Amino acid sequence: MEQFLGFAVPGIPYGCTYALVAVALVLTYRATGVFNFAFAAQAYVAALLFTALIQSAHFSEWLAFVIAVVVVSPLLGLAFDRLLFSRIPNSNNMAKLVTSISLLVGIPALMQVFIPQNYYAPPSIVFNPNTVYFTLAGAPFNGLDMSAIVFTALVLFAMGVMMRLTPLGLQMRGAVESRRLVQLDGVNAGGVVAVAWVISSFLAGFAGILLAPNFGQVQAQPFLTLMVAAIAAAACAAFRSMAVAAVAAVLIGVATFTLQGYLPTQSFLFTSILPSLPFLVLVGALLFHPGMRKLEQATDPLASVDPPLPPLAAAVRTPAMGRVISVLWYVVLGLFIVSMLTWMPRDWESVLNQGLAFSTLFLSITLITGMGGQLSLAQAGLAGVGAFTAAQLANHLGIPMMAGMLVGAAFAAAVAVLLAVLSLRLRGLGLALMTLGAALVFDNIIQSSQTLGGGSGGLGPMNNVDWGSPFGLLNPNGHALFLATFSVLVVVTVAILMIRRGTVGRLLGATRGSETAAAGIGINLTWQRILIFALSGAVAGIGGTLLVIQQGVANPQQFNYVFSLAFVVIVVTTGVTTVEGAIQGAFGYVIIQKLLGYAPAQFANLTFVLFAFGALTYAQHPEGILEFQKRRSMQRFEPLFERLFPGSQPDAGSQGEPLIAGGLSEEAVRG
Amino acid sequence: MAEQGPLLALRGVAKAFGGVSAVQDITFDVQAGESVGLVGPNGAGKTTLFNCVCGQLKNDRGSIEFEGRSLRGLPTYKRARMGIGRTYQRAEVFADMTVRDHLMVAERARSRTGRLWKDLCNMSRPTDEECEKVEGTMELVGLSELADTPVSALGLGHCRLVELARALAGEPRLLLADEPSSGLDEHETADLAAVLRIIQRDRGTAVLLVEHDLGIVAEVVDRAVVMDLGNKIAEGTFAEVMEDPMVRHAYLGQSV
Repeated sequence: MEQFLGFAVPGIPYGCTYALVAVALVLTYRATGVFNFAFAAQAYVAALLFTALIQSAHFSEWLAFVIAVVVVSPLLGLAFDRLLFSRIPNSNNMAKLVTSISLLVGIPALMQVFIPQNYYAPPSIVFNPNTVYFTLAGAPFNGLDMSAIVFTALVLFAMGVMMRLTPLGLQMRGAVESRRLVQLDGVNAGGVVAVAWVISSFLAGFAGILLAPNFGQVQAQPFLTLMVAAIAAAACAAFRSMAVAAVAAVLIGVATFTLQGYLPTQSFLFTSILPSLPFLVLVGALLFHPGMRKLEQATDPLASVDPPLPPLAAAVRTPAMGRVISVLWYVVLGLFIVSMLTWMPRDWESVLNQGLAFSTLFLSITLITGMGGQLSLAQAGLAGVGAFTAAQLANHLGIPMMAGMLVGAAFAAAVAVLLAVLSLRLRGLGLALMTLGAALVFDNIIQSSQTLGGGSGGLGPMNNVDWGSPFGLLNPNGHALFLATFSVLVVVTVAILMIRRGTVGRLLGATRGSETAAAGIGINLTWQRILIFALSGAVAGIGGTLLVIQQGVANPQQFNYVFSLAFVVIVVTTGVTTVEGAIQGAFGYVIIQKLLGYAPAQFANLTFVLFAFGALTYAQHPEGILEFQKRRSMQRFEPLFERLFPGSQPDAGSQGEPLIAGGLSEEAVRG
Repeated sequence: MAEQGPLLALRGVAKAFGGVSAVQDITFDVQAGESVGLVGPNGAGKTTLFNCVCGQLKNDRGSIEFEGRSLRGLPTYKRARMGIGRTYQRAEVFADMTVRDHLMVAERARSRTGRLWKDLCNMSRPTDEECEKVEGTMELVGLSELADTPVSALGLGHCRLVELARALAGEPRLLLADEPSSGLDEHETADLAAVLRIIQRDRGTAVLLVEHDLGIVAEVVDRAVVMDLGNKIAEGTFAEVMEDPMVRHAYLGQSV
């Protein structure tokens, strides 16, 4: 017993910081319908600002605390609400998820651009970290622990009093149903929601500065871990009860420390499973908590007043314009191939090769999110499964990577199917969290296992491995890598286009449109879900293997879960519904990365900032900003085409939106 | 046996949500090719009963048989494949598809000829036969002119017709129509009634119709079942049930 308490008690302070964020998550989710992944980023911002003010600007601790936690953190939350989330219709769950994920990806990257210095851990507030205030079961409680416990207790108590004794709680529940509907009842719903954001952001900022002193330096990573533990705790409460979430958070902290004490330090369980504990709790809650399985998609009774999505630009342009555009595409493609084979400098050829590999990987997101209508946050992990399978086969059995790629794709598809079967009852947020949990578990296993993942250096180098140019005909020192990667991308692209045009694509489109009606005409939704996961997993596996072949080494860091989030953000920015969206996203990503390589080191993360801010437009333009720009420029050029090719009519299927374009052009012609 | 017995047989079907009994002990049959109206005031449990027949809800008690086969435990899509088609009270259309696509999807879902490898070999283009069928159905419900319009550009009335056409494309033997006339004007309602009569007469499709517009019920149905507060209160020809004092009470209240 003594030993147990000795292990368990030090987990309490950690659990307390988790609890603050867990409560913040439940509060915003219940009051605003937004599941805010970005609390981790807000906690990080508060901690970084707090530390920078003290260490660089030499502010007093209290002033720094007030600025970071009482002023900036709530203002940040308020800005999120006013500028972003309040503009997203409550029923658009995908937009809410994508927006909060892009904030999670973008804000830490942005902070690194503005505050590139490394800061040491900040001081703990009020209590002295070097003083042992008391001992419980042999475990000393120093100032850090005291701060975490005392302030968490105070803040949560104040929260509880406010929620129970003021009418605010009731109004918040109304606002989550439909902000527009309670507004019709005369409630200032915007105000209620804003208050929820301010309070929860304050909690997140507070958690940030309580957690920061525990780590040597102020970096984003520990805050992401904090976030996952908080999500797991909130999931245990089915995002309903703040009290349950807080208790679950403390228990997760305690369980982690207890297991840490008992498990042998060299064991697989210690190195792989223990860091995954919060994710395992999350997955468990998703699978077994009835409240999580029934986690209803927020539906807005007034959703039908929202205008429908405009049709794709390609569907509504005049045939003449369509012909010109497709000719232009072939010209660009031809120029690209010729350039790659002739004058392209080696370093740029390799960058563009990576673009081809990323294109393939990103197409897996087009499949699952664009065609399947499901948000998966495990795509980098699935790519990793494929890549490491191929790499292991190459290392141990000498199988060429290109052949191993097929095995890897099959294995990644199998893992994806397993994931699909486990999450059959989940949708939207539940599925996103489940896939995130899976990605994190994969990360922890592959990163910590020397045998599977090759340790910190990764598996490789792959340069001496036969990567499998067909029959050895191609000279690996020439452009063989380009030709091979390019061919794979072409095959994958054509396959996806065929599937989209074919029966499977139609059935998926129906399922995306209305699951109720799809089942009602005899479509097996379970099978659809499994099929799209399998296809997407296979394509991700192929993309991952191509990436490893490109880079010559299979490094677990390449498939970190943060990339899963970032990739979704990138593809959503450029357009998740079209094949060209994924390809343009991939090339944008690698080219910007390469160009930023010429800039000072602190700008390295600017790519993510750019795409994250691009993804913030998702709510306005769910078709992607590129697609939006295409439609806009098309409308601008349409009059010219009318003049050049008089009498050309818009394509079939264009009686909806394109009337606007047609109307404009007619006027222009007459004018 | 199955040919002799009723197409749809409900025996003591009951469904409760928490403490509220939405449907209690409902028993009635629908014969093949017959048209039955299911009427009753709001909250009578008509849509809940539909959901139990389609498998979107599980009935707590009682049995539902279709062509002599128990539907217990069968998921919605299997019931649809057995020949139960349906339209919805709140229009459920596939937002980014055209009218023609809706019917093509339903046709493919019915024939179950779609295969991944066929897509990959470009063998999934609509066949002439499929196109003809789809055209025929659109003609029947009067959507031919809107065939290539995305449903997002259609009004509620047309969406209801799209739903009906989609259900018909699945060639159901029993069509469950949930308030198909709500949102339609008088003229459109008359057209809809005509379509329902045609499919019953020419295709031999049995129709179970939930409807508030008693005019269309009177015109279309052979028989009516009246529900109130989850109970069946009357069954018979439309004229008979409308004379029933319980029905008059349910509809018009105490004062009559």
